[in-house]
Amino acid sequence: MANVKLKNVVKNYGSLEVVHGINLDVDHNEFVVFVGPSGCGKSTTLRMIAGLEKISGGEISIGDRVVNELPPRARNISMVFQNYALYPHMTVRENLGFTLRIAKKPQSEIDQAVAEASAILSLDPYLDRRPGELSGGQRQRVAMGRAIVRHPDIFLFDEPLSNLDAKLRAQMRVEIKKLHQKVQTTIIYVTHDQVEAMTLADRIVIMRDGYIEQQGTPLEVFEKPVNTFVATFIGSPPMNLLHGRADNSGKNITLDDGVNVAMPSRLAGKYADKDIIFGFRADNIMPVGHTLPQGDESVEIDMTVTLTEPLGAETLLFGEIGGTQVQAKMLNPRIVKPGEKLTFQIDLEKCHVFDAQSEMVLD
Amino acid sequence: MRRSKLPEWFVLLLPAFIILAAVVLIPLVLSFYSSFTAYRLTRPDSINNWIGFRNYVRLFEDAGFWWAFGRTVFLLTIALNLEMLLGLGLALLVNKVTWGQRGLRTIMMFPMMFSPVLVGFQFKFIFNDNIGLMNNALQSLGLTDQAIPWLVDGGLAMFSIIFAEVWMSTSVFAILILAGLFAVPQDPLEAAKVDGCTPWQTFRHITLPFIMPFIYIALAIRSLDVARAYDIVKIMTNGGPANRTELIWTQLARTGYVDAKMGLANAMGYISIFLAIFFTVYFFRKLNASRQILGMAD
Repeated sequence: MANVKLKNVVKNYGSLEVVHGINLDVDHNEFVVFVGPSGCGKSTTLRMIAGLEKISGGEISIGDRVVNELPPRARNISMVFQNYALYPHMTVRENLGFTLRIAKKPQSEIDQAVAEASAILSLDPYLDRRPGELSGGQRQRVAMGRAIVRHPDIFLFDEPLSNLDAKLRAQMRVEIKKLHQKVQTTIIYVTHDQVEAMTLADRIVIMRDGYIEQQGTPLEVFEKPVNTFVATFIGSPPMNLLHGRADNSGKNITLDDGVNVAMPSRLAGKYADKDIIFGFRADNIMPVGHTLPQGDESVEIDMTVTLTEPLGAETLLFGEIGGTQVQAKMLNPRIVKPGEKLTFQIDLEKCHVFDAQSEMVLD
Repeated sequence: MRRSKLPEWFVLLLPAFIILAAVVLIPLVLSFYSSFTAYRLTRPDSINNWIGFRNYVRLFEDAGFWWAFGRTVFLLTIALNLEMLLGLGLALLVNKVTWGQRGLRTIMMFPMMFSPVLVGFQFKFIFNDNIGLMNNALQSLGLTDQAIPWLVDGGLAMFSIIFAEVWMSTSVFAILILAGLFAVPQDPLEAAKVDGCTPWQTFRHITLPFIMPFIYIALAIRSLDVARAYDIVKIMTNGGPANRTELIWTQLARTGYVDAKMGLANAMGYISIFLAIFFTVYFFRKLNASRQILGMAD
């Protein structure tokens, strides 16, 4: 049970710097998810917290203790690995009890801790099997059990679900969330899957190229992305981004193909004569007659549908505006043929405007 | 022309049968048969002189033979254990080397590339009590002022042979164990570190089980090698002094080719085969068990 502080943490391999001075405070009992594309430094950061990678600069503290020079075993952490990292020559029971056996705890205590963990994760039927005889989901539960048994200060998860199939992944997501509610421990979780990040996190930390781009609750990063990277990375399908220019009154935007839309009223007049990126999610562009109840501000735009993806309750419509692909949603869908021209409504209140140069949000 | 009535499969396999018979079956049967005769190389007719189990009975009653047998087991036990420990240590060290490892691995294999006869000569020179390197070094360092009779003293002679054996073959273990170390998955090692293992505990509980199969493969190979040890001993001590380094195969060769009692020698050979079979079966069982534990068995 502890908080984690990263102060200006740097990692380089030779002359290549992969993590550039990260600052982060994780509160006690908080569930923090690092998310980002591969190579963004999220796993490296996690491994530095675990002590599996030396840090090249800065300071990491767990609780009130600076752990820069401590080996992993002295940090009182548990880690769940992507490939489960179970000990193949030990039974599930031995895997679970290993950390306590190493710590030379009495057998009765080990048995009790193993029984507890096994009950939490429903592992009782498998205790005498070896990892080789378990399915992927069961192995991942054993890995989690091994982490619980230790009663660590922090749990570290390194892409624990990426080797599981989609259905199992959804199940395990629920289990991890339940686990967090049951054992009440600080969790730092790494994933490249924004759905996992959104569903699990108290706080999402979005990383790119060794920098933190944004951090906040799932809703914050979804509704108020600070830049186009976060806007496209969080949320599915990704946000539509169209290049355009604000006119000299700052109240209208001319998109690249000459289509005019109004500047959202909260921004009207603030940015005149400026190259901008106009962003809106598929949920906020819908064909007329198939929309959510609209806010006060909306704009209509014609678009030819090039491709459809029926999802049942809704259909994704693909089209192009000014040569850029746009995805729209259609509620209560009817069959739409590629080539059909529809009129869409864009909800301006939910639109985002970014600076075309810096790609940062304008507000 | 009458066609042969032999079935086709037999005709097709006939060349293989003939070759197998010529190189394996006939020598095997002949040597086994001759172990029941008083066959002497100097009197070829004696191969017809059937004496039943008399050769075997003689060997069972021959203390000298059983001493040689026991000495072979002793050499095997000591040499294999030493080679295993040293090879393990060497492999662990080389595994830590990050620069020039390939070169090191090649250099490590040099001793295996020498002919055992030459290794025997080399160590005969090194351990020579007058002009040998070993005594020279010990005396120069002031550790002793006497000439230690390495190859003449009963106990030291065996030690010298084991030394030469270990020098030549530790790299077999080192290479195989190194291959095993390369194959150890990194994840469980990292998990163990996080789980609170000290480096020693990580080695003991994680690394060692993973390399056990490789150790057993090396033990199986080397046990066959040492069980038929002949060349180094022949050169260094020729079984002496006073038979203190006589092994099964040196005695067997002496009996067969010097004394020309080939029937008796063949009987020895068949008894000693059990030694080789025993160790091979033993180590393969161990190998399979250790693979099973890792879930690698079929």
